[in-house]
Order: sequence, then C-alpha cells, then structure tokens
Amino acid sequence: MDTSSDTGDGAPHRLGPGPPAEGGAGGARPRRAGGTAGGAARPGLHPAVRYLGGRVLTALVSLFAVMVTSFFLFRVLPGDPVAALTQGRSVTVEQLEAMRRDFGLDQPLPQQFLDYCLGMLTLDFGMSYQYRVPVADLIVERLGPTLLLAGTGTVIAAVLGLVLGTRAGWRRGSLMDRVDTGVALTLWSVPSFWLGLLLIVLLASGAGLFPTSGMSSPGAQGAFAAALDTAHHMVLPVATMVAVVYAQYMMIMRSSLLDEMGADYLTTARAKGLRDALVLRRHAVPNALLPTVTLIFLNLGRVVSGVILIETVFAWPGLGSLFYSGLRVPDLPIVQALFVVFAGSVILMNLLADLVYPLLDPRVRT
Amino acid sequence: MARQQDRFRPPSRPPKTLTNRPAVRTASALTAAALAAAPGLTAASSASADSENGGATLTVAASQPVDSLSPFLAQRLISTSIHRLAYDYLTNYDPETNEPIPGLAESWETSEGGLTWTYTIREDATWSDGEPVTAEDAAWTYTTMMEDEGAATANGNFVANFESVEAVDATTLRIELEEPQATMLALDIPIVPEHIWKDVEDFSTFDNGDFPIVGSGPFVITGHEPNQSITLKANEDYWREPPKFDRLVFRYMPEQDAQVEALRAGEVSFVGGLTPAQADALKETENVTVNTADGKRFQGFTVNPGARTRDGEGFGDGHPALEDRVLRRAIMRAVDKDEIVESVYGGYAQAAGGYIPARYDTYHWTPGDSRRLSFDPEAANRMLDEAGYERGDDGVRVSPAGDRLKLRMHVHNDRPDYVAMGKLLVERLADIGIEVVNRTVDPGVLSDALYSGEYDLIFTGWTVNPDPDYVLGIHTCGALPEEPGTMRSDSYFCDRDYDRLYEKQLAAYDDRGARAEAVAEMQRILYEQAVVNVLTYADTLEAYRSDQIASIQVQPDPGGNIWGQDGHWSWSSAVPADSRASAAAGASPWAMAGTGAAVLVAIGGGVYLLRRRAATAEDRE
Repeated sequence: MDTSSDTGDGAPHRLGPGPPAEGGAGGARPRRAGGTAGGAARPGLHPAVRYLGGRVLTALVSLFAVMVTSFFLFRVLPGDPVAALTQGRSVTVEQLEAMRRDFGLDQPLPQQFLDYCLGMLTLDFGMSYQYRVPVADLIVERLGPTLLLAGTGTVIAAVLGLVLGTRAGWRRGSLMDRVDTGVALTLWSVPSFWLGLLLIVLLASGAGLFPTSGMSSPGAQGAFAAALDTAHHMVLPVATMVAVVYAQYMMIMRSSLLDEMGADYLTTARAKGLRDALVLRRHAVPNALLPTVTLIFLNLGRVVSGVILIETVFAWPGLGSLFYSGLRVPDLPIVQALFVVFAGSVILMNLLADLVYPLLDPRVRT
Repeated sequence: MARQQDRFRPPSRPPKTLTNRPAVRTASALTAAALAAAPGLTAASSASADSENGGATLTVAASQPVDSLSPFLAQRLISTSIHRLAYDYLTNYDPETNEPIPGLAESWETSEGGLTWTYTIREDATWSDGEPVTAEDAAWTYTTMMEDEGAATANGNFVANFESVEAVDATTLRIELEEPQATMLALDIPIVPEHIWKDVEDFSTFDNGDFPIVGSGPFVITGHEPNQSITLKANEDYWREPPKFDRLVFRYMPEQDAQVEALRAGEVSFVGGLTPAQADALKETENVTVNTADGKRFQGFTVNPGARTRDGEGFGDGHPALEDRVLRRAIMRAVDKDEIVESVYGGYAQAAGGYIPARYDTYHWTPGDSRRLSFDPEAANRMLDEAGYERGDDGVRVSPAGDRLKLRMHVHNDRPDYVAMGKLLVERLADIGIEVVNRTVDPGVLSDALYSGEYDLIFTGWTVNPDPDYVLGIHTCGALPEEPGTMRSDSYFCDRDYDRLYEKQLAAYDDRGARAEAVAEMQRILYEQAVVNVLTYADTLEAYRSDQIASIQVQPDPGGNIWGQDGHWSWSSAVPADSRASAAAGASPWAMAGTGAAVLVAIGGGVYLLRRRAATAEDRE
C-alpha cells in the first residue's frame, strides 16, 4: 500500500483537527487502542515498552489457552482413530493393540496430556496416524501451497476491495456505487465451492481455458515452465476466492470512508483549493484505511488456515485439505497441531496489527 | 495537471510516480492476472511434447491421497491398488473368474492336513533393478511381518497363524501353519526385495520414498507429489506381458464432481465411484464409456441382538425385544429391497439375497422361495400379532414383556445412500407398528454406539474379497469382544452351528465345492437369524475416455469393475487409443485462444480505466 507513505509524514493529520476525529474515525479505531495496561502504570516503565509488553503477554496467554483447548477439544470428538483407520479391513486384535500403543492411546489421559504439552513446547507435534510421518513435516510441506493460494487471493481481494470501496464511498449513492456494492454483496453470499465448480464447468471443462484442478501438471519440466504451469492452475481457485471475499474489504473501506466524509479537515482541504481527487487520496483515504488494515491483518492470520472448501474443490494440496483429512479419522496429532498453528497465526497477526498501529496512526501512540 | 498540483504541495514532497495512481495500479493488477493465464501455452505444449516421445499416459482420478508407499503400512485402497501394480504377490486372481492363479509362485502343494505349504517360485521374475526375485525375498517379507510389529501394521492378519517361513532354496518357499488356513492362495501381501529392505531400521516409519522404487510388478513407481499425484512407468522386463501404456498417473482429486469435469475435459482418462446421476449424465457424453459393474460391497444393517462379551456378560442398552428372532424376521419382511434399488440407487444395484455379493458366484447364496423373507407387510403384521406384540393407542406395538417398540437407528451421515435407505426404513417399519428414531450421525458417533452396545439398528457394509474368509469370520462367537468396547465386528452375532460351519469351510481349503457348500449354509443361518441383514449390492459405476483408452480389462469378465480389482489387470492390460496423440495436441489452440482472449480483456479493461480516470480528472480541473 503506497498510500501509507502519505501517512508516514503525518501530513493528513496536520490538517485534520484532533478532537473531531473522535466522532468519525474514533469509532473505527482499534478497540484496545486506549487503555489496556489497566491504568496503574508502573513507575519508570516507558509507555511504549508497557504497550509492547502488554500486547506480547496477552498473545502468549491466548496461545497457551489455545494449546490446552486443542488437546481436549479433539478428544471430545466421537470415534476411535484406530477403528476408523482399520474400518472395513481385515485386522487382528494384535494389530489393533499395536496401533493403539504406537499412537500412545493406551496411556492414561493425564499422561497423554503431559506428552502433548512437552511435545508442543519443543515443536514436536508427533506422528500422523494416517501417514506415519512427523506432523511438522506435513505442515511444512503443505504450508507453501496454502500461502501461495490464499496469500495471492487475499492480496488481490484487498487491493480490489480498497479500490472499489474508495470509489463507492466517495460517490455514495451513485449508480456505480449501487452496482458495485450489489455485485460485491451478491458474490459474498455465494458458496465458494459452488462458485468454484461453476467456474470449472464453464472455463475449465467447458471452454478448456484452464486445468480443472490440482496445483501442477504431473511431469512439468524446468523451473520456469513449472512456475507458469502453477500460475495457470492458480487462476480459477484464486478467482473463486477473490470473488467471494473482496466484498468485506470493499464494504469496510466504503463505510470508513463515509465516516470521514463529513470531517472538517476535508472541508479545510477543499477550501485550500485542492482538487477532489487529491482530497480523497491525501486526506480521506489514509484516515479511512485503519479499519481495513485491521481486517487485512486478521485475514493474513487466516491465510494459513487456507480456504478449506476451495482447496477441496480444486484439489489444492494445502493445509485446509490436510485439516479436513485429519478430522475425518480423527488423526489427533494433525488436527491438534493445525489448530494451534491456525489459531497461533491469527494471534500473531493480531499482535503485529497492534504493533503496527502506532506507526500508522499517531493517535494510538499517545 | 502536474503544475496545478505542485502549487498546493509541500516542497519537500517527492514527485508522484506513475505507479502511484490507483487506476494504473488496477491496470497492472489486471495485466498480472492475464499473465497468470498465459501458461496455457506452456502446459499444452508440454503435453504434446510428451506424446511425441511416444509415451502414452493413462491418468486415473483418485479420491484419496496415498497414505504410505510402504507395503507394510499402506492401508488405503488407493495405496494397496498401487502396490498391486508395483509388487507381485505369491498368487494372483484370474481376471475373468476371480479364481487364484499363479503369481510369483508358479505352483504349490500342501501336506496332509494342510499345515505345510510349499510354493515353487518362478525363475524368470526379476526386480526392477535387475536382481532376481527369489524364495528368500518372500521368506524375508513374511518373517519380518511375523517378528516386527511395525511391519505387521497393514497385513499382519495374513501371517498371524504362521508357525514358520523358510526358503529351502532359491525357488522353494515353505510355510508351516499353526492351524489350517483357507487363505493360503489369497495372501495379498506385496513381496518386497530383501536386498533393499534389510537395512531398514524402523518399519513403522519407513516411507519407501527412494525413486524409482525397486519392485517386481508390471509398473515401477517413479514419483510421488504428496497429496497431488503419483507416477508409475511401465516395467518393460515384467515376466508377464509388459503394459501397453508407458506411463500411469494417479491424480488426487477429492471432489467427485471435479473429477467428472476433469474427465469431460480429457485431463484424466478414468473416474471411478460415480453416483447414479453422474453415470447417467456421462452416458450422454461423447468419447466417454460408462462401465456398470457388479459391486464388491454389500449394504445393510445389523440388529442389536443383545450385546455381550465372549464370556457371555451382557452390556449396552439394546432394545430387549430385539432378542426375539420373530421380531427381527418381521422387520425384514417389512423392508422393500426393490424399492431401495429403484429409489436409492436409481436401478444401479441388486436386491440382496445372501451375505456374499452376487459377483462371487462360487460363494453367493440366494434364499429359496420357502425361506425367502419377501416384502409383505401384512405377513409381517400377522407374525407380530401372533407373537403377542399388540398395537398401542398410537399405533406403535408393545412387546409381550411390555416394552414399547421404539428403536434407535444409526445411519452414517457421510453416505448419501445410507441416509436415503434410512428414511425408507423409518416409513416401512412404521407400517408394522415400529417407531424408528432416525439418528443420522457422524461415523465416529456410530462406531462409538456400536462398540458400547448402545444401539438398536445400525447401518453397515463391507467390501468382500474373492476369498470370503474374513467377512465370515467376523460373525463367529470368537469375534465377540473380550471386554465391552473392544469389538471389531459390526454385530454381536454368535451361533454354534455357524461356528461349526466356519471351521468346516476353513478345513476345506483344497475342496472348493465342499467349501462353497459350507459357506452357503453359513449365509442361510445369517439370513434366518436376521441379525446381519443385507439389503443391496450396489453397482460400481465408472467411466473412462474412449478416445484415450481403446480397451480395458474388467474383473470378473463380464460384468466386473476396473478400479480396485484384485490384481493389476485393468491398468496392465489397458490399450491406448490411436486418437490420443491428436486429442492431446488439440488442447493447444484452445489454450492459446483462451490466453489471448484473457490478455485482450485485461489490457482493454486497463486502458478503459485509465481513460476514464483521465477524463474525470479533466472534468474536475
């Protein structure tokens, strides 16, 4: 976002009088922006350090809670992994017992919990029941495809949403606003797997423009050809994802821009003789951007959890489909680890957003 | 425009660059999207280059990812199917009749009493690295499974009854058994090369990922993209006729509808596991052949006859009236199997008779007219009236012991056919005064209910192998759990006559006629006791591109399936179609046209946005 460079020099705020922002942008300001350290500041501690420490501490506590939840949450799931894995196959009682022992399921629950916690602390997520390989390896293997797909999708959706949202907000009520908003909201309410299948039917198997699924054609030769091949495979899943999610960026951008519209600093800017487009770009947009940034950061955290249904429809080998396959068994080491990773990435991105705020918005610094 | 702007800008500000303008950004984003579409060119050209090399590729859509490439660990059908292609077994199954035929063992003999089996290993079989396949490889594979728990993970049940295995010489393998075993010609164990595997330290984690994987089957596994695809190459030195396709690719596609679209697009040559609706639609598609095969699975439900342990200790909370055989039989008379075939499977199924599906004609049993529990709600009502089940005011019957006939029914929520069958069952049983509480649940909930004995009716289904030993064995008294919650069967059935016949068919390992007779008698008992109730044998529905595959072997022939065969016949004998090369080349102009169109649209869109932007800016000035 090149617009942030405008924010960097603080120019827009010099124009905008401080207090009135309370009415407009104040509502959209991060909720924890004000007092979180509980009021009683310890003497000698720099406010910035206190802010930072508080944020990190909160994140750590959340992470720990997630870790504990993860263990018990999936043990409540019905079904016995050993029975599910051997379902419909000829097995002896000895084989079942051996599997149970291998998985550590013959241990009492407190012992299992202890092993799990120790494992988590050393980043040893255990061995997948179904694939018999370390879960950490599986996650690393699948992380790339998910980041590629969901990351690209999020970036495109955010850019598209910001541009369209700004346009729509600035000319509220115009035909363009109504059409853009209508289209975005319609797509937002479309189920992603259905849209995905529709695109496959129309553009892949119908018109033959794109491959129907997968991340690459088996046996693509050479790095450049392979990259192009992957990009070709990405078009439909990314398009599906963007189409479904860009509305949220657009609507947030639109409404926070509307919040700024009545602000006095815009009148001042106009009074100085600035063109409308400049008023928008230099003054309104930077101020309206904050809530959208929060949303983008939250979604960046969710990038890791991928887009489960889209990954399934397009046979994309990412974390979402790994999680789904783990849930069916239940493959406890996989689902536990992924739950922590998913939740952890959201927590991390939240933390980053909190840390970035003071840089974006001088009001948060005080 | 730029001059005017500068007048109001603080002097320290750097001049704006072109890329900072939103419209330009939008345009460049669109162009990037168009570039992303461009690889259509490369993808298509690589496909045609492939066919220029003379390599015909057969691509199969797979619904599951491979769980493991180690034959000691692999449990999923996709993985065991691939192992059948890459490794030979001692014996194989005839593609036409399902009867055992020579594999690595070219002949065999048994001692009196059937405790010693001696196999002669063929001399012309080699590993794909050139080493000969010997009796030592087989002995090492089996012994390792007997001695190492990790190596027994997938197939330990086959060797559980082995006393010892020995390679007498390079071509003679001798197996001593503890008890006679009927499945000695149905040992579905991939034999692995000792010279590669002897250094493995931990069989429970060894993933066998060293490509190309040394094997002895008609194909060699040459590559694996986890969760995406697995590639095999024809083994030119295979002792049977080598495959006619040069390359075989299994592509993982979890979504069934996406698989069908990939088949339409010609990206895959074969799709299995179709729903009746998909099969009907594909029948109308050009260049696609639909194969309807007699199913290997049966679908049905079991009744809780009173859950108990092997020692006879009862547990769970099954409805007490279900211990009455008359009630169970009346339930079966109220169920219309033909209705299920029509409305659930659209005609793509057979109404079931005995326990073993009709495709195995050696063992399949059909009840005679005098025994048949044919659909007749009036007869069922009469049976219940006579047995003292009186109707209450609400139409629901009450057992002689005073229990209202309200039964819980557990249905797998991930199987549309079971869900539809369950709904029919609720209606039909209401006709005879039985109230059914339909619990359509997660399979995990269902198996918890089963193992704890807390169920009344529960849906089930098994895939039956050419040798029926295992599916018969799970209904012996010996399969009852030692303690509550440790069961591996799907009913708490126990019948002394059934057990006696089970032993008899085991001992009749070398007399097919006598064995078939005992197996038929066992099915009669299951049928008459009405605890294990088979409703249908659903057809297997598959489709392939006839412009890519000229012919393919089904098993059994005729009427058999392509995917999940007992053997490697379908893929090892498939013949490429002549038109394949032209079909692959045909993709290229399409992709080019598409890419061209995408680029044009993107550029056009970008230009339009830029112009608009400029126009509005001018208006303002």
